[in-house]
Amino acid sequence: MATFFGEVVAAPSRAGVDDEEELAGEREETPEDREIRRELEKKREVHILWFSKLSASTGSFTDEQFPCSKFILAIGHNSVAFLSSFVLNSGCWEAAGSVKLWNEWCRTSNTTSVLPTDAFCLFYKLISDPTVLLCQCNCYVAEDQQFQWLEKVFGCMREEDLQVTILSTCPVTDYKTPESTLTLPSPFLKALKTKDFKETTCCPLLEQPNIVQGLPAAVLSYCQVWQIPAVLYQCYTDVISLDTVTIEAFKPVLSSKNLKSLVKDMSKSAEILKKLVTTNEIHNNIYT
Amino acid sequence: MFVPCGSSAPPDFEGFTLLLPAVSVGNVGQLAVDLVIFTLDMPKVGYFYTDCLVPMVGNNPYATAEENSTELSINAEVYSLPSKKLVVLQIRSPFVNNKYRSFCQTLLSWVKSSRCAKVILLSSSHAYQCDDQQLHGTPLRYLFSPAIQKTAGELMQRLNWKEMEKVAAYPGVNDTEMVLRIPGGGITTLLFSERLISDGALSWSLISSCIHPKNVYLLTQ
Repeated sequence: MATFFGEVVAAPSRAGVDDEEELAGEREETPEDREIRRELEKKREVHILWFSKLSASTGSFTDEQFPCSKFILAIGHNSVAFLSSFVLNSGCWEAAGSVKLWNEWCRTSNTTSVLPTDAFCLFYKLISDPTVLLCQCNCYVAEDQQFQWLEKVFGCMREEDLQVTILSTCPVTDYKTPESTLTLPSPFLKALKTKDFKETTCCPLLEQPNIVQGLPAAVLSYCQVWQIPAVLYQCYTDVISLDTVTIEAFKPVLSSKNLKSLVKDMSKSAEILKKLVTTNEIHNNIYT
Repeated sequence: MFVPCGSSAPPDFEGFTLLLPAVSVGNVGQLAVDLVIFTLDMPKVGYFYTDCLVPMVGNNPYATAEENSTELSINAEVYSLPSKKLVVLQIRSPFVNNKYRSFCQTLLSWVKSSRCAKVILLSSSHAYQCDDQQLHGTPLRYLFSPAIQKTAGELMQRLNWKEMEKVAAYPGVNDTEMVLRIPGGGITTLLFSERLISDGALSWSLISSCIHPKNVYLLTQ
């Protein structure tokens, strides 16, 4: 394809398989190709480490699967900071597990003492009711790892009466609307829910032709296919870094059935939020 | 894998015609399938749940009223119209890196287990790759598997469509070895290769167009 300046450039294709890959596909895979592919797949495997497996006599986790009535998942640093400030601050939670993964964008840390700038994916369970599980996912889960993440996390849960809540953020530039973007009240919340989610959402539903991608889409798709009630709250924001205005845009979600009973003490939230944002600013400063 | 909607018994597709798009240049096949589903008001009967496609979700793209606008749609869904013995697989996102081959295997396995009688694949190709001959006449091309060659050949003559031309494997060097190349056609060539279509009883037809946006209309006439 020639541009107006006369240069010849390769046209982008939405075919999903580019011509070089197509030609490569026509060749048989050699044993060396298979070995390289296996090694790469092994390096990109997602591992879940559960910190404790409680005995069957306490009526809690079994070796294979544990009962889960509520699963709350925060994806991205603003959603994670929201749950840290408004839900995890009550002191009623303990660390339950972590995800170990590697990809070209991040390697998750193993420790539970993490900074907002670290890449981590940690699970917490409510001490008074271990069937309530919360996940703080502050790392990039690549496309080829999302299915694995899903199967390994949900594969550990006994999904009877399970309700899932997902929080994530997205740039407002991705939001498609016939209205002028100058008048959009950014940040704002939009929701998507599965067929089996019967409650009222805390904000309007996401209109067509907008779509959601990435790990939030993978989790919601899983829940839709396997008939699990689930809701995704997506915050459209014009700030890409950790930001108190974006974090506080999630506040309507605190009135939802899944989260209402988990919010104990909001008085310390502002202080925790300020500390998180300040810590992030210090560690993101290129001069330190 | 195919997962039916709801808890009812899985639908029976024996003897049905399966229509599906290749994720190809201009999304022509996918747009045509959208028109078929919307025009025939086909109900959703299940999901094609796979790790080979990039995940995506959104609300119902075929909504006609407030009531049905809030149904969640995912990246690969199955629609069916038993009165016309038609089942449609819509694919809405591209392949995860290096997973297209695995998707073809999964797809073929499902096609065989569902006992569909015919499969129609809608695809497209880059117009700038056309040779001098292809620039004239209809931009639409077809390709049939051996099982359907005789029966559908007459229909193609009436429609004045042309069979997909093969091109030289090594142009300018050796013109004797001819191969099927559909640049921008995604998994089309892979699905039609002899290695994958080994079941002669299953009829496959490919309908492909060289991409100009107007060809989406031509394909659905």
